[in-house]
Amino acid sequence: MILSCKETTRLLSQGEDRGLAFGERVALRVHLAICKGCRNMSAQFKFLRLAMKNLARDVDQERSN
Amino acid sequence: MAADFRSQIESLRPYLVRYAALQLRDAATAEDAVQEALLAALAGEANFAGRSNLRTWLTGILKHKIVDAIRRQSRERPASDLESENGAEGFDDLFDRRGHWEETPDAWEQPEGALGQKQFLAALEACLRALPERTARVFMMREHLGMDTPEICKELGITPTHCWVLLHRARMALRLCLSDNWFAK
Repeated sequence: MILSCKETTRLLSQGEDRGLAFGERVALRVHLAICKGCRNMSAQFKFLRLAMKNLARDVDQERSN
Repeated sequence: MAADFRSQIESLRPYLVRYAALQLRDAATAEDAVQEALLAALAGEANFAGRSNLRTWLTGILKHKIVDAIRRQSRERPASDLESENGAEGFDDLFDRRGHWEETPDAWEQPEGALGQKQFLAALEACLRALPERTARVFMMREHLGMDTPEICKELGITPTHCWVLLHRARMALRLCLSDNWFAK
């Protein structure tokens, strides 16, 4: 399976929400190995999740201040 | 003892209101959800019994009340409002006809450093507010309330595929928004 960048972003997003099938994971790995833009994208999706956790924690701090 | 419990609960109200408002995007609806949660908490004081952190316990109760409010909100949404979000994915112009990047996404510089900054979190909140309502609702249920896709689908009566489309759209929009408004500086 050869992925376009557009399909790659779709699978990267779904990877945050469901377990990807073996074939999907392999296809992603192959694409990411050769595509800097999608690697950046992948890091940014992961960062978003972390940032959302911090948003909740920031809510915490405002309470105790 | 009961009065003490009540005042402890009250002191957590501002946190709970902000927590609810992030998801519900409406101050009055958020206040109502918190009020319902606090009443349920007072009625259920015996169930708390110091088992866990009070805030964690209250947040757990509040999540249920928020989901009730979401259910009401999504029932009240007229279908025409939804259609504008159901069409094209909204970021087709990022890709050429073969699905490759028109403009390759750049890496963000030192994103971890941004996490502790109040201004960054404010920028993130502004980007969240800029999302279309239904897209934001699903994304916040996933990332703020921490629900999984099957739970979200069940509550909103949508298919997993639709759910994934909305989550993908939210992430693409947020990444563009943060690139433009934070990391480009």
